[in-house]
Amino acid sequence: MKGEASALKAYGLHVAVIGLLFALSFVLPPYHHGLVARIMVLATFAMGYNLLFGYVGLLSLGHAMFFAAGLYGAGLSVYHLGWSVPLAFAGGIGCGAVLALVIGLLALRTSGVAFMIVTMMFAQVFYLTILYFARWTGGDQGLVVPQGSRVMYLGGASFDLTNPAVRYRVALALFAIVLAVVLVLVRSGFGRVLVAIRENEERTKMLGFDTFANKLAAVIVSGTICAAAGAAYALLFGYVGSSFASVQYSILPLLWVLLGGAATALGPLVGTLAMYYVTDIASSYTSAWLLIVGVMLIVGVLFFPKGVLGTIRQRWLRWLP
Amino acid sequence: MAAVTPLLTTSKLSRNFGGLRAVQDVDFSLLPGEIRAVIGPNGAGKTTFVSLICGRIPPSSGRILFDGADITSLPAHRRVRMGIAYTFQITSIFANLSAYDNVALPVQRTLADGRSRRTVHASVMEALDRTGLAGRAHTLAGSLSYGHQRLLEVAMGLALKPRLLILDEPTQGLADSEIENFIGLVRDIAKDGTVLLIEHNMPVVMELAGRITVMNAGRVLAEGSPEEVRADARVQEAYLGVAAHV
Amino acid sequence: MAFGPHLLLASLEGLVTAAVLALTALGLSLVFGVMRIVNVAHGEFFMLGAVLAWAITTAITGHPALGFLAALVIAPLLVGAVALVAERVVLRRLNYNPEATIVATIGLLYIIQQLALTFYGPEARPVEPPFNYRILLPWFGYSGYKLSVVAASALLLVATWLVLTRTKIGMVMRATQYDRETAQAFGIPVERVYAGVFALGAMLAAVAAVLIVPISQAHYLMGQDPLLLSFIVVIIGGLGSLRGTVVAALIIGLSDGIISVFFSPTLAKIIATFLVAMVLVFRPQGLFGTTAR
Repeated sequence: MKGEASALKAYGLHVAVIGLLFALSFVLPPYHHGLVARIMVLATFAMGYNLLFGYVGLLSLGHAMFFAAGLYGAGLSVYHLGWSVPLAFAGGIGCGAVLALVIGLLALRTSGVAFMIVTMMFAQVFYLTILYFARWTGGDQGLVVPQGSRVMYLGGASFDLTNPAVRYRVALALFAIVLAVVLVLVRSGFGRVLVAIRENEERTKMLGFDTFANKLAAVIVSGTICAAAGAAYALLFGYVGSSFASVQYSILPLLWVLLGGAATALGPLVGTLAMYYVTDIASSYTSAWLLIVGVMLIVGVLFFPKGVLGTIRQRWLRWLP
Repeated sequence: MAAVTPLLTTSKLSRNFGGLRAVQDVDFSLLPGEIRAVIGPNGAGKTTFVSLICGRIPPSSGRILFDGADITSLPAHRRVRMGIAYTFQITSIFANLSAYDNVALPVQRTLADGRSRRTVHASVMEALDRTGLAGRAHTLAGSLSYGHQRLLEVAMGLALKPRLLILDEPTQGLADSEIENFIGLVRDIAKDGTVLLIEHNMPVVMELAGRITVMNAGRVLAEGSPEEVRADARVQEAYLGVAAHV
Repeated sequence: MAFGPHLLLASLEGLVTAAVLALTALGLSLVFGVMRIVNVAHGEFFMLGAVLAWAITTAITGHPALGFLAALVIAPLLVGAVALVAERVVLRRLNYNPEATIVATIGLLYIIQQLALTFYGPEARPVEPPFNYRILLPWFGYSGYKLSVVAASALLLVATWLVLTRTKIGMVMRATQYDRETAQAFGIPVERVYAGVFALGAMLAAVAAVLIVPISQAHYLMGQDPLLLSFIVVIIGGLGSLRGTVVAALIIGLSDGIISVFFSPTLAKIIATFLVAMVLVFRPQGLFGTTAR
């Protein structure tokens, strides 16, 4: 059957990508080793964003708050409460999930441009709240999570998250798990409903689907994934700062996803990688990296509205998930 | 007649848009297994009336009973789950999905066992088969011909396994040969379901409908068998009369 | 200072904020109303106006009023030209698709901000007011320039209102706003109207910035707050409604002025932003707007 063959190809490709990332951890020089680890965590953030933007067609300008909820949820519980790493990670994800539920219930009453502005404003409230409670959050200076508390004990073994090799593999594990979850989700009946809502919400309703409930579920899953990325970031890189909650970090995942290809499973990784390496290379020539972001946004939206993988899928590889 | 409980009843159903009374005090009932046509001149309120039934717009006043239950304030998706399916007047398929995925959506909703890929596949192919689209399962819906898109729309309605299928101008834009097939399809559906049909094409109405409801200016003007309606003087004046003079 | 005079001072400060905000928000509101797009780079047009005002006043020697008047004319024209180019090169090609234009104007925001940082620098620089007259009230002296800002804003608002309601240009704009297709069918050059409206919106922001820069200094990040406040004003006032915009600007400006005298400005911003988001969720047509068409 046609569907089965393309499913095999798709799964094969993703296993190969994970394998390649794993192999890279042995050969990359230290600087790039650290950069790719960071990119994998941020690409996870972008995958969470893509689920909502790419598949459901809901353009949020406030996803930094979900990333930051995970970041602060995990970081502050280690810093102030002395929680263990796994507990703090779960705590961060929990914060994101609850926030996503509340924001979803409110923001999904609107649509289109109003949805963008509302999500942006809620994220702004979240950002300002972090600044307001500077006594606990460190305000715009942020907090450094002490190295000693970033060791994870799991079943007798201990993992020192400050060790680059461990850090890389934990980041890869997070990326791989979320990629698998997203793949299974978008190929399921639920994924089909999400795409149907993007294409024609009214029609989807008239097929008997509760579109509000489906959208709410998508916001919660998306927010939870972003929070997982945030929590991992705090624990792996040991820093929580308000800049991760600023509007810039709501726009970056949009940029990564647009660049890599909305509604493609690997688009977020491709976009994040490309963006980081372009700014990395450019910053050796100029400090004007904002200019590059700006130009890429405009060029992307003008000439490549489907992104790198979206264009490849359209032209050559129809089976690409 | 009195022994059979109606599948659908509306009482004093009204809907205003601003000052315009699109539907006014409509009392209507539909028996199980019927093929009922709703006809009337443009702007008579036909589409508004069926939109009230399927829940796309809320009524200003009045009540709707489906299978004995009051569904007046139920959201559209819950009504669809009770067995009311609506196919859009303007073709409203998911253009960027394959024909298969278009039908898989209603199938996965209807099947209690919607998670199994195999069962979904069987039911999707069955619905595509009935509408003669099986060969085009993997074509993008948007690149199907217009006639096939209309059939896909019907296939999606069928896949919901509705107890009441509402068809809003289904033959609009179809070629004569396609209309022939379509009439056969509707008869087939009516074997185990009830069909409510808005239609402009009079030959199709006369051939298919067991009873006809004529609407004019938001009200029910007349109701009866095709022969009765054809003979009704008021109907001739309001609607058929125009055609009779031509 | 006693409570009464303190409140008076806060109200005067609020009035200045409100006056400038009304002009800026009106620009955003016009663009949204007529073109149905959200211009996220609106705050950067504001910033650009202020930075250009600094450049012009620095370049022109002699009495400060001379440089300031030159800035008041030239800066908005330059900003309008930038907006015109952006509209031609980017927005028109996107066919004014609401979501694509948001992404594109975010890109524009970054570009303008980076260019300002590169060529103007990270410092905040003052611009000398055209005159230094202090009005002596019984309790405190108050800057005559600040009051003249209020007067100038009011004048510009009335002028804009007259253009919109009494001239052919205004009629053409309203026709385009009401129904783009019909306007086109009646021979209205919709694309030129859009270009003009986008430039006019940017110029209103730039004028507001030139007026406020002698009070608040020019800085490359100064566009952020006006953008957020303009959003708030436009949403509360009802999208595309001129009267609503002015009323909402007065409310926001005055309450912002008064609240930030008595409370922490961060807390004030948190509450204001949250309340506005809730307005948008539960009353999307705005507090003063009529129901959406």
